[in-house]
Amino acid sequence: MSNEQHTERGRIRVTGFDPERVRQRDSLSDWTEESGGETEGRFERAWKRFKRNRTALIGLFVVAVLTLLAVFARPITMMGMTVQPFSIAPYDPTTIMYMSPESSAGTYDSPTLSHPMGTDGDGRDLFSRVLYGGRYSISIGFIVVGLSATFGLVYGAISGYYGGWTDEILMRIVDTVYAFPGLILALIIVATLGGGYWQLVAAFAIPGWITYARLIRGEVLTIKENEYVMAAKALGARDRSVIFKHIVPNAMPPLIVYGTLNIGTVVIGVAALGFLGLGMPPGTAEWGTMLDQTRETLIQGPGGAIPWWATVFPGGAIFLFVMAMNMIGDGVNDAFDAQETGIEGQGGG
Amino acid sequence: MSLRRFILKRLLSIVPILFGVSVITFALVHLTPGDPISQMAATNPHMTAADEAQMRARYGLDGPIWEQYLTWMGNVLTGDFGEVVSSGQDVSSVIIARLPETIALGLFGWLFGLLIAIPTGIYAAIKKDQLADTVSRFVALSGISIPNFWLGLMLILIGALWLEIWTVLPPSRLPLYHPQMLFYLILPGITIGTAAAASIMRVMRTSMAEELNKEYVTAARAKGLPERQVVLKHVLRNSLISVVTLAATLTASIVAGSVVVEVVFNWPGLGREFIDAINQREINLIMAITLFTGVFIVLANLLADILYAVLDPRIRYE
Repeated sequence: MSNEQHTERGRIRVTGFDPERVRQRDSLSDWTEESGGETEGRFERAWKRFKRNRTALIGLFVVAVLTLLAVFARPITMMGMTVQPFSIAPYDPTTIMYMSPESSAGTYDSPTLSHPMGTDGDGRDLFSRVLYGGRYSISIGFIVVGLSATFGLVYGAISGYYGGWTDEILMRIVDTVYAFPGLILALIIVATLGGGYWQLVAAFAIPGWITYARLIRGEVLTIKENEYVMAAKALGARDRSVIFKHIVPNAMPPLIVYGTLNIGTVVIGVAALGFLGLGMPPGTAEWGTMLDQTRETLIQGPGGAIPWWATVFPGGAIFLFVMAMNMIGDGVNDAFDAQETGIEGQGGG
Repeated sequence: MSLRRFILKRLLSIVPILFGVSVITFALVHLTPGDPISQMAATNPHMTAADEAQMRARYGLDGPIWEQYLTWMGNVLTGDFGEVVSSGQDVSSVIIARLPETIALGLFGWLFGLLIAIPTGIYAAIKKDQLADTVSRFVALSGISIPNFWLGLMLILIGALWLEIWTVLPPSRLPLYHPQMLFYLILPGITIGTAAAASIMRVMRTSMAEELNKEYVTAARAKGLPERQVVLKHVLRNSLISVVTLAATLTASIVAGSVVVEVVFNWPGLGREFIDAINQREINLIMAITLFTGVFIVLANLLADILYAVLDPRIRYE
C-alpha cells in the first residue's frame, strides 16, 4: 500500500478522510502484517495460558520442590560413582537413632529441633525419611505414566485409525481390562511378582495404558475425518506417517491432561500398596510403607502419647504432592480447553 | 433404536467381556510361582513330594493350564468356587458372609458422596467465581487428592484418639444390622465416600454452570419462573445426566477403595478378605473375589449405560 493520499477515487470525491488516523487507531485484533505470517501453535498458546494460571504455577512449584528435595535428600551413587553428592536430609533414612551414642532420641519421639518431624516406631528420623521417601513414589509415578501413555498412544491410534475388525478386537480387550479397578489388578500383579521397585512399575503400567488407549482412539476417530488426513493419504503418505505425523499430534491435548492427573493417581496407588504391606520391603522409607508401620500403633493405642507425627507427615507428603499435581493437571486442562472453545481462561484453577 | 433393542444389544456385547474377565482373572493368578500347596510344603517339613502331588490332584491343581481353566470355569458356572485350602471353608460361603459388610460400606460411601456433592455442586455453580465457589473447588480438589488410607488414619487419629467419640474398632461380634453399627460406619463411610463426593462435585459444578448458560434457561427466566424452580427443576435434571455417566467409574473406585479402607478400619468385608487371601496365596478366594469384582463392574457399567439411554434418548441412536 502506498502512502499517498487517496482522497480522490474516480469521480467520487472523499472529504474529511485522513488515512493516517486509521493507521493510528487501535486495531480491533492483535493481528498485524508482521505477525500474520505464521500462526501460533496450539501448544504455545496453551503454554501462554498456563503461565497466567496462578494455581497451576503453585502446583508446579510444589512438585518441583518435592522432587528436588527427594533427589538431593541423600547422595546418589551409581556403579561406585557419586552422581549426586548433596545431602539435605540430616540422617540416613535407615539410621536408628537410639543405636548411635551421640543421640538421645528414642522411639516415637515427638518433633524437636534436632528431629523436626519426630522419630518413628523404630527410632528413625522421620524428617529424613519423608524427604527421601519421595524418591520411590514420584519416580514410579513418572515412569508409569510415561510407559503407559506411550503404549496406550500407539495401541489407541492403531485401533482408531484402522477401524473395522482390528478396532473391534483391540477394543474388546480394552473393555475387558477396564472391568477391573486398576488397584485390584495392581494388587494381584504385585502378589504374583512380589514387591519391589520395578514390580510396582509393572503393577501400575500393565493396567494403566487402558485409559490412554481409549482416549486416543476416540480422538483419532474424529481427527481422521479431516480433509488434511485424506490429503496426506492421497499424496501417498504411509499409514505410519499419517498416524504419527498428522493425527497423533492433534490428539495430544487430552492425553497430556489425563497424563498429568494420572501421575497423582499412580503415586497414591503406589503408596496404597505400600500401606497394604505389598509394595516396597517393610522398613523402606517409602511414604505408604511408613504409614503401614504406624497404623498398628494407632489401632492398638500406643499406651501413652499418640504419635500423630508418624501419621501426619508421611501422609501429608503424599497429599501435598498429589494435590500439587492435580493443580497442574487442572491448569493444563484449562489451558487447552479455553483454546478449543475460544473462551479466555478463567484462571484461578 | 427402541430402548428394548438398545438394552438387548448392550446385554449381548457384555458376553465376550465377561468371558475375557474370567480369562484375565484366571491367567493373572496362575502366573504366580507357587500355589498354596507349595506354600504348605515349604512350612511343613513332614510333607513329601507324593503328598504334594496328591493334594494337587485333590484341588485340581495338576494338569495343563487350559484344562484347569475349563474345570474352574465349569465349576464357577454351577456356583462352585472351590474351597479355602487353609480352613476348608467353601469360598462361596466366605463371600456370602463378607459381602453384606462391603455392600453396607459402599452404599454408605455413595450416599455420603451424593448428599455432600450435589448440593455443594449446585451452590458452587450458582455462585460461580465467587468466594463460595473458590472455596468449594479447593475442597473438592483436596478431596480427589487425599489418599483414602491417610484420610482414614487421620479420622481415626482425630475422631477416636483425640476426641474419643468412637472407639478405634467397632465392638466385635456386633452384627451388621445392629443400629449401633450405623455409628461405626460413619468414619469408614466418609473415608470411602470422599473421593466420590469430590468428583461428583466437580462434574456437577461444571455441567451445571454450562447448562445455566443455555437458551432454555434464559427462556425459563424470561417467562418469569422463580430462579429456584429454574435451577432445581430444569437445570438440575439435565446436569444430573453427567453424574450418571460418572456413576460406573465411581462405583469402580469405591470397590477399589473398599480394599484399602477395610484394612484401615479392620472392617470385616470382602476387601480385607482379599488382602488376607493374597497374603496367604488362597488362589480360589483371590480368583473368586477378582471375578466377582469384574462382573460387578461390568454390570454397573451396563446399568449406567441403560440409565443414560433412558435419561437422554439421543444416545440410543449413536
